[in-house]
Parts: sequence; C-alpha cells; structure tokens
Amino acid sequence: MPAIEILGLEKTYMVGFWRKRPKRALLPLHLTVQDGEIFGFLGPNGAGKTTTLKMLMGLVFPTAGTARILGHEWTEPEVKAQIGFLPEQPYFYDYLTAHELLNYYGQLSGVPGKDRKRRIDEVLARVGLTDIKGVQLRKFSKGMLQRAGIAQAILHNPKLVFFDEPMSGLDPLGRREVRDLMEQLKHEGKTVFFSTHILSDAEALCDRVAIIHQGELRGVGAVADLTSSVQGKVEVIWQGTEVPAAMKALGADCHITGDTVRAVVPETQQDAAIDALRRERIRLIAITPLRTSLEAYFVEKLQSSQTTAGTSA
Amino acid sequence: MSARIIHIASNTFREAVRDRVLYNLIAFALLLSGAAVLVGQISIDIERLVVVDLGLSAVSLFGIVIAIFIGIGLVSKEIEKRTLYTVLSRPVRRWEFIVGKFFGLAGTLVVNTFFMAIGVFGALLYVAHKFSASDAFILVALYFIILEFLIVCSVALLFSSFSSPLLSAVFTFSLFVIGSFAEDLRGFAFMAHGFTRWLATGAAYLVPNFSALNVISAVAHEQHVSAQLILQNSFYALFYTAMALFGAVLIFERRNLK
Repeated sequence: MPAIEILGLEKTYMVGFWRKRPKRALLPLHLTVQDGEIFGFLGPNGAGKTTTLKMLMGLVFPTAGTARILGHEWTEPEVKAQIGFLPEQPYFYDYLTAHELLNYYGQLSGVPGKDRKRRIDEVLARVGLTDIKGVQLRKFSKGMLQRAGIAQAILHNPKLVFFDEPMSGLDPLGRREVRDLMEQLKHEGKTVFFSTHILSDAEALCDRVAIIHQGELRGVGAVADLTSSVQGKVEVIWQGTEVPAAMKALGADCHITGDTVRAVVPETQQDAAIDALRRERIRLIAITPLRTSLEAYFVEKLQSSQTTAGTSA
Repeated sequence: MSARIIHIASNTFREAVRDRVLYNLIAFALLLSGAAVLVGQISIDIERLVVVDLGLSAVSLFGIVIAIFIGIGLVSKEIEKRTLYTVLSRPVRRWEFIVGKFFGLAGTLVVNTFFMAIGVFGALLYVAHKFSASDAFILVALYFIILEFLIVCSVALLFSSFSSPLLSAVFTFSLFVIGSFAEDLRGFAFMAHGFTRWLATGAAYLVPNFSALNVISAVAHEQHVSAQLILQNSFYALFYTAMALFGAVLIFERRNLK
C-alpha cells in the first residue's frame, strides 16, 4: 500500500482587489510515495512545494483533486494521528517551554498521559535538545526551534512524517544530525516525505525524488536512476602538472589543480588516453565515467521548462 | 466536551496568564481601594451606591477591554505566527480549535471577574461595614457582566476568523458601543417609518443587546432583578454567543491558511 497517493491535487488562488484574477499555484499533481521510503520533493523557492504540503495537511483546500494517505482519505482526522508535520521555519507558542509545548501537542495527538513524559524526554534527547528544562521557547535560537519542530513532528510516533525544509536554519552539524535522524526513521519503517531546495541533502538521503517547478511536476524517479545516465565521457585523473601532447590530441578538456590533472575525454578515447599516459610513464590516479548529478538533472529540468516557456511566449 | 477542546482552552488560558493579562487586577485593586477610601471621606449615605456603581462598571470595562484585545488575536495571531499549522495538522477539527479558544478566553475572563468581584465586595464591606440582603443582587449583576463577556468574546472571535486584528478590534468595539444603546435603537426603530424603520429594526435586533444586560445602576440602587430577566438574559446571551461562534466556525472551516 502506498503511503501517499496524490491524485490530481491542484490549487488556483484568486488574486487582485476583486479576487477575479486566477493564479495557479499548483497544476494537477499526480504522485505516489511508497511505504518506508525517504521521498524528496525538490524545487526552487515558490515552486509549489509548501502549497502541496499544506494541502496534504488540510491547511489549504485544493481547487480540485484528492489524495490518500496511509490508505485513507487524506481529510480524515484519524489519518492525522498517524502523521507528523514540520512546517517551514516553524514558530511555536513562545510562552511555553519545550516540555510544555510537547505535552500540549501530545495531548492533541492523543498520546496517553502515562507515556507522554517518557516520549517527550526521548524525542528531545533524540533531536539534541537537552538541558533546556524551564527555558521558554522565546529564548530559543532558530536552530533550537527547528529541533523542537522536529521533536513535535515525531513525538506521537507517526507512521509518516512530512518535513518542510527541515535543514533550514541548521548549522552543518545540525544538518548532519537531521539527516541521520531521517535515516533512523526510515530504518524504523517510517515513511519520510520532505521538501527541500538543497540538492546535496536530497541526493544523500532520498530513495526517490520529485522535481516541481512553477507548480508543475517536472520529473520523478529514484535518485540512482536520475543520476545514472552516463554522458558518454570519462574523467581521467593523473599525478603531475603537465598535459601530454598525445592527450591534447585526443581533444581532452584538462584542468590542473595542485599536483593533479583532470581530463574529460570521450568514452571511445578512454583506451587511447590510458596508452598516452603509460607512454609518458605518468601515474594514473583514477578513471571514472561521468554521470549526471542530481544538481545537473535538476538544473536541466528547470532550464527545459524555461526554454519551453520562452518558446511558447 | 472533547478532550482536545479542553486542552486548547487550557493552553489559551495559560497564554493569557503568561502574557500577564491578569496584571490588570492590580490596576483594578488600586482603583477600587482608592475609590473606597475617597468615597468614605466625601459622600454621605451613598457610599454603597457609589462603590457598587463604580466597582461593577470597572469590572465590566476591564473585562470588555480584555475580551476585545485578546479575542481579536485568538485566530489571526495563530495564523500570522503559523502556530496553527502544527495544531491543525493533528487530529484536531477546525471547529474544536475555535470552540477551545473561546472557552479559554471565557475562562480567563471568569477567573478575572471572580477576583475583581472579591475586590468589589471588599470595598463594599469597607464603606458599609456590613452586607445586606440586597447585596446578593450584585452577584446577578456580575453574572450579567460575564454573559456580556461571552458575547463580546464570540463576536471578537467571529471577526478574527476573517479579518485583521485591527479591523476586528474596530468592528467588535463598534458593535459593543452600538449594543450598549440597543434599547435606544429599538425605540428609534419603533418611531421611524418606511425603509428607515425596516433598516433600524433589523439593526436593532442584529446587534447584541448589551443594555438589557446592564443592571449595574439598578443593583447599586438596591433594586431587585426579576427571575424572568435572569432567564431571558441567560437564554439571549447563550443564543447570541452560540450563533456568533457558529458563524466563526463556518468561516474558519472554509479558510485557506496561506
């Protein structure tokens, strides 16, 4: 059973003084997220990621379409007991302490009183918020608020967790910790759906990703599949500061960095390149086929949409 | 009542307390003790009247100000600060949120009124040296003041569910002022003709009738309040409050939280 099935959800806002001018925030979106996977929802700012998440959370009503979460209609309150949500740049009741906040959310999520205190201590330790007893949230830094936000999202042990830009406001160590946490959640059998525009996070974490731009889904698939398309070129790296003439003759694109040289040659010239280096008794370090990075795939998808828009204009 | 409503109400009450809303009691205590001492010195035989009139009017005024200024932010502040997102993404229905917020504010006002009522009775004892049987009607006046608060809370919540805090404050305060003259408006409607009569009658019955809930002067003059008026006012206030809350829920149920 898929964890999330988005069946044509779309959103059009009516803008302007008389609210008569339509502005499409999300074109009909069809997306399936399998149970137990980490799914990245990628797109630049304003692409429609947060709108999609808000619709799934019941905060914004879709103009059309429907969705199923954990096999149920997404609007059913019972579904919400099984999901966790971290909004983008979360802000909480700043007059509460983290313990009070989580106790309140635990009550709303139906966490039994006898388990609540233990769960609160557990999740706070898990997100690295210790020694904060009695400190009101108004005194928390941005990073600490983000951690408190993650804690409230996983407090009630949900089966499915939605994170909207979870790395936002975190330092490199904090980002690493959140990545580790998301992997732990996956190992516990939970499904993680997160939006981001930080591609390295998505590439490191996600089983599958979807790319959205200007409210339209541009691509979806396993990260390995999207990044495995070989470009027909290989990267040859050797020790030295000079490029042999034979290598230049192959049309290699060379870059010298310190005491290593990197050259990109067509795959068909791979053997010739190796022979050229051998003849010159140069120490070969590595030969790797060039693969499309997620970033390159992402940029390609965005650029193709802009080209299409430019052509149609 | 669902447990979630109670939790939301408790949190709203806690917010009010931590935002130092109950500090108004200090101002109230100072006002009333000052007035009691002053009245004891300058008035002859009307100390009770002045203390009851001033005390109950202050209870009403302080409560109305709190009801308006907290009520208008109950929903809009949660949307603006996005604290609502993590509440409504849980198994909380939107109507439960509205009703919970209402009870939280109403609870704050009842607690506030309770302490102010102690102040009124304390000041009364100071100037009159004893309680009389007619003082029991002060409790009725306080009950009507609480009914007044319920209406103002629900109206503030209604406006807060679709407009900005500033506009909500203006609307609620205007409605409170007009409602305080509801009897005069009804009198005007009775005397008017044609379209004006139709319009004035509609307005007179639409605005909350706060003048019927104001028995401060009568109680200060030791007049009795009939059981029928107590029943009528109770029914009226609860009905009006329920309708305003219903309206707030209807609007909020359809609102996109952008």
